[in-house]
Amino acid sequence: MLEHVAAILRRMGARVINSVWRLGLATRFFFLTLLYSGTCFRRPHLVIKEIFSAGVLSLIIILVSGLFVGMVLGLQGYETLQTYGSEEALGILVALSLVRELGPVVAALLFASRAGSAMTAEIGLMKATEQISALEMMAVDPIARVVAPRFWGGVISMPLLAALFSAMGIFGGYLVGVVLIGVDEGAFWSQMQAAVDFRDDILNGVIKSAVFGGVVTVIALYEGYDAPPTAEGVSRATTRTVVSSSLAILAWDFVLTSFMFRGAS
Amino acid sequence: MAKTTDAVRPHPPVSDNLVEIRDLSFAYADRLVLQGINMTARRGQLVAIMGNSGCGKTTLMRLIGGQLKPTLGKVIVDGQSVGELDFQALYRLRRRMGMLFQFGALFTDMSVFENVAFQLREHTDLPEEMIRDLVLMKLNAVGLRGAQDLMPSELSGGMARRVALARAIALDPMLVMYDEPFAGLDPISLGVAGDLIRRLTDTLGLTSLVVTHDVQESLKIVDYVYFISEGVIVAQGTPQEIRDSDLPYVHQFVHGEEDGPVPFHYPAPAYAEELGFGHA
Repeated sequence: MLEHVAAILRRMGARVINSVWRLGLATRFFFLTLLYSGTCFRRPHLVIKEIFSAGVLSLIIILVSGLFVGMVLGLQGYETLQTYGSEEALGILVALSLVRELGPVVAALLFASRAGSAMTAEIGLMKATEQISALEMMAVDPIARVVAPRFWGGVISMPLLAALFSAMGIFGGYLVGVVLIGVDEGAFWSQMQAAVDFRDDILNGVIKSAVFGGVVTVIALYEGYDAPPTAEGVSRATTRTVVSSSLAILAWDFVLTSFMFRGAS
Repeated sequence: MAKTTDAVRPHPPVSDNLVEIRDLSFAYADRLVLQGINMTARRGQLVAIMGNSGCGKTTLMRLIGGQLKPTLGKVIVDGQSVGELDFQALYRLRRRMGMLFQFGALFTDMSVFENVAFQLREHTDLPEEMIRDLVLMKLNAVGLRGAQDLMPSELSGGMARRVALARAIALDPMLVMYDEPFAGLDPISLGVAGDLIRRLTDTLGLTSLVVTHDVQESLKIVDYVYFISEGVIVAQGTPQEIRDSDLPYVHQFVHGEEDGPVPFHYPAPAYAEELGFGHA
């Protein structure tokens, strides 16, 4: 009996130690990526290529999701606001929810499943097919040549995607609220313009999404780089990327929000 | 077949041996993979390292390339001890080495042309026209100039390996290492690959190390052979000496016999016992 409990405790302990190890290794990986980022700035076309594959290719899913999220916000917001007779505030509700929270968070979650998983699978397979080894043997540092451009590609694309998500969302809210339901168009836009602050709302949203972009790409790249070079290893790593980066996005969102909007309201 | 070449060398050699391995041992954690290896490859020589799968051949190659560090002993390439070099010096040395991976390890997101041009773009500031000429020369040397616009996924196994070979010699290295260059090739591609390795070694004045278990093909082209079994060198000599060898392991290997010093069965408990008849 006692042995059984000890075995369970040992297994739990081993898992905790393993997790702490991985966290430490991922952090070291992140700092190495920053350290070897020089190449990216000397050869910007490497980063531009990654902005294309992580950012531009995620556009469709981001734009379509943004539109629908905005439309739902328009419907739900109108339902709630009309109870208090303040339908004209619909513009504020839609814009603030999107710019502060939904834009960065939902876009980052979509980015993690669309671009993050692709990055993990790509790096994992590059390792499995010895392409990473080949780079090393050709005296080209894989962190500088493969990892860092993808990292910066993610950090730069993410705020742009989140901004486009929010813009589409606001358009969706406008379609449902103004065009479909008939909220006053002037009130919708003017109240939004008056209530949304550039620094407090938009800039903070941009900072959030840049952080999310960094978090997602570091997790995706580390998981790919660390994956055992087998089919099973790569598939597990891809799953882990989506799960860990989604959790990390939500946790970081709480931390950032608690600092950013402390006295805002 | 010529044993050495008279290729013109740009620098006076430090020593006649390009690769020297002295008393090398290597262990992964607590598993000893290589033990007391002594080996040399003279400049211009084509040397084969043979042995059955899992005997530590590829590990040896990684030690020479500096991807692993020796547990004991030294690996000396062109007068420098690989295990003791810092990052910068190791990368400088690697620019003068080429490596052909088992399945080519071509970059799948780049065309054949871009794969061969990769090192030229990474390590030199040559103008585009010159890069183009150099790439076409290398591709012509492996007979695949016509395939320059194909993607790696459109190549057969043998072609992919030849492209990888063109990529490995793009910077005119002093040493090229081949990891199982014959594995999984059809008889025609096999002959082509073998001739190509010999011809490039001679015409470019390279030193070549071939890790392989393909005895017949390699004995045709190489100058010297080392046999590794279970992490130690069990035999060495010229191809003729190896063919004539009466050492049981070498004989089993060269003639492909099923049982001998290398048993057919992986170590296991007694068969009867495992089937449940042991205790009866």
